[in-house]
Amino acid sequence: MSDPNTHDPVTGTETTGHDWDGIRELNNPLPRWWLWTFYITIIWGIGYTIAYPAWPLIDRATGGLLGYTQRAEVAEDIASFEAMNAEVSARLAAADLATLPIDDPAYRYGVAGGAAVFRAHCSQCHGAGAAGAKGYPNLLDDAWLWGGTLEAIEYTVRHGIRNETDADSRWTEMPAFGDILTDEEIAATTEYVLALSGQENDGTLAAPGEALFADNCASCHGDAGLGDPELGAPNLSDAIWLYGGDRDDVAHSIENARFGVMPPWGDRLSEDDIKAVTLYVHQLGGGE
Amino acid sequence: MWDITKLILLGLIALIAAIAANWGHDLAYKVHAVIIMLVAGGLFIWQLRQTDETKPTVDTSGYMDGVVRAGVIATAFWGIAGFLVGVVIAFQLAFPALNFDWGQPYTNFGRLRPLHTSAVIFAFGGNALVMSSFYIVQRTCGARLWGGNLAWFVFWGYNLFIVLAATGYLLGATQSKEYAEPEWYVDIWLTIVWVAFLAVYMGTIFNRKERHIYVANWFLLSFIITVAMLHIVNNLSIPVSIWGSKSVQVFSGVQDAMTQWWYAHNAVGFFLTAGFLGMMYYFVPKQAGRPVYSYKLSIIHFWALIFLYIWAGPHHLHYTALPDWASTLGMVFSVILWMPSWGGMINGLMTLNGAWDKIRTDPIIRMMVISLAFYGMSTFEGPMMSIKAVNSLSHYTDWTIGHVHSGALGWNGMITFAALYFLAPRLWGRDKMYSMDAINWHFWLATIGIVLYAASMWVTGIMEGLMWREVDAQGFLVNSFADTVSAKFPMYLVRGLGGVLYLTGALIMVWNLWMTIRGGQRVTAAVGVPAE
Repeated sequence: MSDPNTHDPVTGTETTGHDWDGIRELNNPLPRWWLWTFYITIIWGIGYTIAYPAWPLIDRATGGLLGYTQRAEVAEDIASFEAMNAEVSARLAAADLATLPIDDPAYRYGVAGGAAVFRAHCSQCHGAGAAGAKGYPNLLDDAWLWGGTLEAIEYTVRHGIRNETDADSRWTEMPAFGDILTDEEIAATTEYVLALSGQENDGTLAAPGEALFADNCASCHGDAGLGDPELGAPNLSDAIWLYGGDRDDVAHSIENARFGVMPPWGDRLSEDDIKAVTLYVHQLGGGE
Repeated sequence: MWDITKLILLGLIALIAAIAANWGHDLAYKVHAVIIMLVAGGLFIWQLRQTDETKPTVDTSGYMDGVVRAGVIATAFWGIAGFLVGVVIAFQLAFPALNFDWGQPYTNFGRLRPLHTSAVIFAFGGNALVMSSFYIVQRTCGARLWGGNLAWFVFWGYNLFIVLAATGYLLGATQSKEYAEPEWYVDIWLTIVWVAFLAVYMGTIFNRKERHIYVANWFLLSFIITVAMLHIVNNLSIPVSIWGSKSVQVFSGVQDAMTQWWYAHNAVGFFLTAGFLGMMYYFVPKQAGRPVYSYKLSIIHFWALIFLYIWAGPHHLHYTALPDWASTLGMVFSVILWMPSWGGMINGLMTLNGAWDKIRTDPIIRMMVISLAFYGMSTFEGPMMSIKAVNSLSHYTDWTIGHVHSGALGWNGMITFAALYFLAPRLWGRDKMYSMDAINWHFWLATIGIVLYAASMWVTGIMEGLMWREVDAQGFLVNSFADTVSAKFPMYLVRGLGGVLYLTGALIMVWNLWMTIRGGQRVTAAVGVPAE
């Protein structure tokens, strides 16, 4: 050990006298501001643990003088909004949507609340802006697979589509024509469907396709391919395609069929939330 | 006799691994069994060929630096690997197409993300800690590493653990615990290696020629012991079959969550804080040529830090199923931890007292200073984010990611780079690094990279926190989750750019290390004599 009284030549500070591989230590005191800040955080910490639930005991923990719990805090938050909206949400839950005037407070409340319900529960498939994606319908346009009236939308929200959890779910099933028609017949039907929607097509194939369409498709999609919302059968004569409208996509749909599923929300959303999201979707642009 | 024992042991391991490769239930397990079989088999043959040969005499008079040299190279290698994967996943978040359909499931974000975190923390940071602790403990104790080739076992064993962990993530073996993803047999292996590490370290300290133990060794020893405890408790699990990688945790529900975050927070506390403070306490005074600022401060802040850190884990679980009391304690201990953390920064920065001019002239000192500055910033930010009111905004957002990276890139990365620049010339017999200009470039690229990273994550983290909680006058949510994702896109580009700069700086470092090492002499440093 070196002389404990040695001093650092640069600063004149006393050193501890230790020396490791040339490293020495100054004998500086603790910085005052550091020490006092440390003390203050400790004192604050003691106070905080007295005020709030903190110290574990044998079968429970100290509850704190303020009686705080995070569950109560969030419950209080929710309750305050529910109390604020109680009147108007009861009014919405009891309302007949078809006759609810657009300037009724329950209508405006429903559209605002429905937007929030939509963001939380529907946007995952239909998109944050409700524009849909391939396989997930666009809710902004006026094409409706199962009808776009308030009543039809509410039913779809409540029971869903082609799901097995709700006995009243909307349910139809297009057959996969790959098992029924030959490849040539599917190709011909495809050309006819392209012709129906005014797209470029091979006329020599579309002609035999017309008869095939009448025999196999028209029972649901209609003679002119206008679709039937009672059956969830899409209109094939417009430019709106759920699964794509080019030759390959149409042929794929005919050969393999499609089976779009939507879960039922009747058990998962409250009555006023179902009505709210119905109003919201209906007023997006295409409600009938 | 020891040679025969080794042969029997290696042969048995290779045989069992061969059986495991055949009977394995899943791909990761089979691949790992093959890796272990090849390693054990290779060592068996090598050992066999040595039998009855005269052993080359090893000069054990000086310090044992071969393993430190290997550690320097491994640190640089894993650093580049980890930063590269980080840049890839940063751009995957901005452009999901970069998950690549053709590479599924191996190239998706979910598998590359733990590859990145483990590569930077455990491979880059871990090798830096093992390597520098071996260097420091010898110098500050004036003693050669204890245990002969045991130090080499620690080095290679640890890197085998990294290879097993990394390949496991890619092949889908994970116990789904953050920073503790490797499955049960990899955990057992790491435990064995870690005990050997502790033995080498303790053995060297027992052999010390200085009566007092230097502060760097307190931190490094607390790091080694605590990490062993954390690792064992958090990885308590029961394998579904010894022929498969899957295992089931012994804790469940919120108790499992609490154990996990007790572990993960202290991985930050003892791996990334205490361990790296040990590095700082050696390399900063050596590079500055100045005494440590305050011995008293180092004692007080060491004990306060290690006592307080261990309680802070629950702040990762605010507003969850965790009981209120645990949440309170986690927050209170985190806030009290603020000053003990800053003690390290003060002691590091004030050590430059009398040598402040070196910030201007020495780019290595500059790296150390920026490292301590980021350490101070993130150890202030951490306690602040642990406060429940702040946490309710920051939790689950990119703010957390930014916080972690200002600590990891700023503090851990920069102090490691400085240590590598300190060590390379000394270990390979050079006067100084090949290019001081290149160190300067590295400094600026890395610093600007960190600033871009942290700033973009603050912006996007606070933005998404505010968007998530935004409600209208009637209490309805204003934004959907997808709205927050698309709003973050520009900041994700800035973050990716920050990562590219940081990686570029590290590549310059590797070139500089290579040019320094090439043609250098491996030097054996004489064991130090104790000061009078």
